[in-house]
Amino acid sequence: MIWLLGAVLFWLAAWAVNARIAASPLGQRQAGRLMVAGLFGITVLVLWEGLVRGFGVPAVILPGPSIIGPTIAGNLGTLWADFVQTVIKGALSGFAIGAVAAFVTAIAIDRSPFLQKGLLPIGNFVSALPIVGLAPVLVMWFGFDWQSKAAVVVVMVFFPLLVNMVAGLQATDRLSRDLMATWSASYWQALFKLRLPAAMPFAFNGLKIAATLALIGAIVAEFFGSPIVGMGFRISTEVGRLGLDMVWAEIAVAALAGSALYGVIALIESWVTFWHPSQRK
Amino acid sequence: MTRALPVLTVLMLIVALWYAGAVWLNSTWVYDQAQRVGTSVTLAEVIPQTMTQTRPLLPPPHQVAAELWKGVAGQKVTSKRSLVYHGYVTFRGTMMGFALGIVLGVGLAMAIVRYRVMELSVMPWAIISQTIPIVALAPMILTVSNQIGVENREIPKAIIAAYLSFFPVLVSMVKGLRAPDAMQLDLLCTYGASDAQTFRKLRLPASMPYFFASLKVVVAAALIGTIVGELPTGAIEGLGARMLIGSQFGEPLIMWAALFAAAILAGGLILLVGLIERLARARMGAPA
Repeated sequence: MIWLLGAVLFWLAAWAVNARIAASPLGQRQAGRLMVAGLFGITVLVLWEGLVRGFGVPAVILPGPSIIGPTIAGNLGTLWADFVQTVIKGALSGFAIGAVAAFVTAIAIDRSPFLQKGLLPIGNFVSALPIVGLAPVLVMWFGFDWQSKAAVVVVMVFFPLLVNMVAGLQATDRLSRDLMATWSASYWQALFKLRLPAAMPFAFNGLKIAATLALIGAIVAEFFGSPIVGMGFRISTEVGRLGLDMVWAEIAVAALAGSALYGVIALIESWVTFWHPSQRK
Repeated sequence: MTRALPVLTVLMLIVALWYAGAVWLNSTWVYDQAQRVGTSVTLAEVIPQTMTQTRPLLPPPHQVAAELWKGVAGQKVTSKRSLVYHGYVTFRGTMMGFALGIVLGVGLAMAIVRYRVMELSVMPWAIISQTIPIVALAPMILTVSNQIGVENREIPKAIIAAYLSFFPVLVSMVKGLRAPDAMQLDLLCTYGASDAQTFRKLRLPASMPYFFASLKVVVAAALIGTIVGELPTGAIEGLGARMLIGSQFGEPLIMWAALFAAAILAGGLILLVGLIERLARARMGAPA
């Protein structure tokens, strides 16, 4: 009871502080925003712990953060091995191959409006399909190790990236292209100096979407067969053994990896497309 | 016609590549068989044999189409082997997750637009929540809901689908509810409109185009969520379960047929949402 009451009190107190910060001039600044978001995150953890203890929820249903934390600290080696297997070998290599393939394909069909008109609707449609369903097929083809995971990721990220790249290459306006023509720029000059930079906001939009998809693909593919290491493998076996604290530890790693990947892409985006209105401070 | 021609050409190209891939991948098995009985086969003999295997590495399109047809029209709709039945199970899960995601997304968006503190505290976490691969959570959501005695297998699937679909609704509704400009808001202010009235008469109608634009993304996300929810969990019904069965029992045809059934379902849902959008826009008097 005391845990429950404490958690609710903490929640109300944190909420009051957040409301004050949000209303004050501090809430307009970066630091204030970070504080509010951070406090909200802490509140969620405290509420979680309070509810788990207050209602006496057994650890096989929902372990509290106080159990998950030590599990993470105690299994760093395993978590690191899983991270390397799934994220670095599976997701990142597939992501890189898929991105390069989509990039090259987009430029290759750039000169043929006919192919573009045909490919765009199909690409849009395929992006909406549950491609994860291909995971068992690709595991059958490429074996259990990370190659099959990378293949799933390639297929998953290819079409969203392709659609964004093709749309991006068409994004320049008539005036800019005419200007290039008056300078008698060749096709390749116009491509590298005008149209590729103009396509970058679209490309990064696609990359951000693909980053999440890549992790999903790599983990799902492991449900269909994997060596005895990897995040998807660990999650499915630990769920079977009711080791939910380990599952939550893997989820924490997955969340961290996903956010980090997204953050890195956003950072590169702010370097590459510094000129774009959405990047202006 | 001018729009259909390029699409058809690309489709033909894909089918041709698919056939070529089927010949290439399945020929290994044919050569293998021939070597075992001590004969050699010519290429002209190999190609027909790659088209009719029962367990091909890559089934050619006509085999998949035949299996799909068998699954859709060859059974009674209530049969456990009918793809219509499994498709319906997946469709039901998708719709539940879709509805749940919309309610959650719109509710959060309303709170975020109304209270600044909600925006500052919830919005960053909503973004982070989408970088967590939901499939990591899927097996756990299932075990937990089993243990706390949720008998209904639909609910965990719907939760996963809702988790994937609430975010696009949230983002576009926040944008949409903020779409009215200061002049319009000021006008309502001079009318002495209350917050609730402003919301109902100005903000809500203004957000509708944004809302419908997000629905197409959301319905596809909900379907993916439902299928992922069926995959790792030993579910026995639904297109995802069908894919898993095909994979585990080494029946690639079942797997491919389920995959295409899912694709057709996705296409149907997107068309349906597009139709609803057009009807709603027409009713609200938008230029077509």
